Amino acid sequence: MFDFSIVTNWIHEWLLSLMPEGWAIFVECVAVGIGIILLYALLAIILIYMERKVCAAFQCRLGPTRVGPWGSIQVICDVLKMLTKEIFTPKGVDKKLYNLAPYMILLASFLTFACLPISKGLEVLDFNVGIFFLLAASSIGVVGILLAGWSSNNKFSIIGAMRSGAQIISYELSAGMAILTMVVLAGTMQISDMVSGQSNGWLIFTGHIPALIAFVIYLIAGNAECNRGPFDLPEAESELTAGYHTEYSGMGFGFFYLAEYLNLFIVAAIAATVFLGGWMPLHIPGLDGFNTVMDYIPGFVWYFGKAFFVVFLMMWMRWSFPRLRIDQILALEWKYLVPISMVNLLLMAIIVTLGWHF
Amino acid sequence: MNFTMLVTVVLTAIAFVAIVVLLSWLISPRSYNEQKMEPYECGLPTRGGSWMKFRVGYYLFAILFLMFEVETVFLFPWAVVTRDLGVAGLMGVLFFLFILILGLAYAWRKGALKWK
Repeated sequence: MFDFSIVTNWIHEWLLSLMPEGWAIFVECVAVGIGIILLYALLAIILIYMERKVCAAFQCRLGPTRVGPWGSIQVICDVLKMLTKEIFTPKGVDKKLYNLAPYMILLASFLTFACLPISKGLEVLDFNVGIFFLLAASSIGVVGILLAGWSSNNKFSIIGAMRSGAQIISYELSAGMAILTMVVLAGTMQISDMVSGQSNGWLIFTGHIPALIAFVIYLIAGNAECNRGPFDLPEAESELTAGYHTEYSGMGFGFFYLAEYLNLFIVAAIAATVFLGGWMPLHIPGLDGFNTVMDYIPGFVWYFGKAFFVVFLMMWMRWSFPRLRIDQILALEWKYLVPISMVNLLLMAIIVTLGWHF
Repeated sequence: MNFTMLVTVVLTAIAFVAIVVLLSWLISPRSYNEQKMEPYECGLPTRGGSWMKFRVGYYLFAILFLMFEVETVFLFPWAVVTRDLGVAGLMGVLFFLFILILGLAYAWRKGALKWK
């Protein structure tokens, strides 16, 4: 598997030969920042286009077809249009919090995005408490949503924000439990270690039934954490117009939209990392010829392939199920998912302690 | 290097929002009228403020969440070393999880999980 740290080390050496060390690190940081922004924007455009096409296919429509080949330029045009709209602050809002909310949401989104191991040696943030940091950073987002709803001085916004807050914090519990189950199996919280530990078999295969249950729980909880699918009542457009971002205009709204789609990708990418082996190719023990061929496919292709597969699963869920009520949502989480994930965690602990995993 | 990168990512997020807002402010048209600045309502003038008393059920779930989330945080250090601790560690966590499930059962029985 190609190691990208060779490239980054080479760039570091080259910069050191041109300038003192402090400047070299500064230039690298700026390059990393620009890289993250470009990848972020590119992924957002791809995801929005994919959502429109997948949704259209599920509803027997064609989706965007007019602008560009197969409508592929449509989303770029939408972004440009949104950029040219006026951002105004309505009367009676809490100005400070109202303007702070997009920063909080994008901050949470960027921090989690930077943790993703796209290929070997391509992690931006790789702490020894990686997966824990990732969960902590992702929960900043709910603060942004609550700020946006509360500061807008609009009844739709506040109802949307309250629903969203109750739902996101509830489902964070079972998402965290599902990941905890896999940490028990992997024996490490560092994301790069977690991925390299899966070279002989992805965790979903080595962990027997508890890993499968954890995967399903994580998919349900992940869909709820993105405010999507059957759990989209924070922004249920038929009752709340747009939920917590009703009062935002132009790019102010654009940020929420962007973060929502990127959070979808981030949730899917975490599932790909923790359950499906990250950038590790598919290896079947014993079949050396097959394994060698699989090794020739680059790591980031595997990574994006798995992540987009999970994204497709989540879109499938979104467009197949009708919207739940708030009491049904909370009952599903607290009366089913939390007890099941606790028992599941226990099951995994027993399996790992007794050495029954592969 | 990791903490340098952390600061870089935080600054990138802030710079991204700031630059896009600035760009949008530079190229967008501006107009002003009274109706535009009013809170959005479906065609009618809005009544009363929005910062009002809110249903207590949401806060109840938030309190429950806080309890369970803190206990999940305690489980993370154990999760990393499950393999090394062996059966003794398993027994300890079994007891911990038993109390946790007991807590959930108590809240359930008390009716805290019911949406009234």
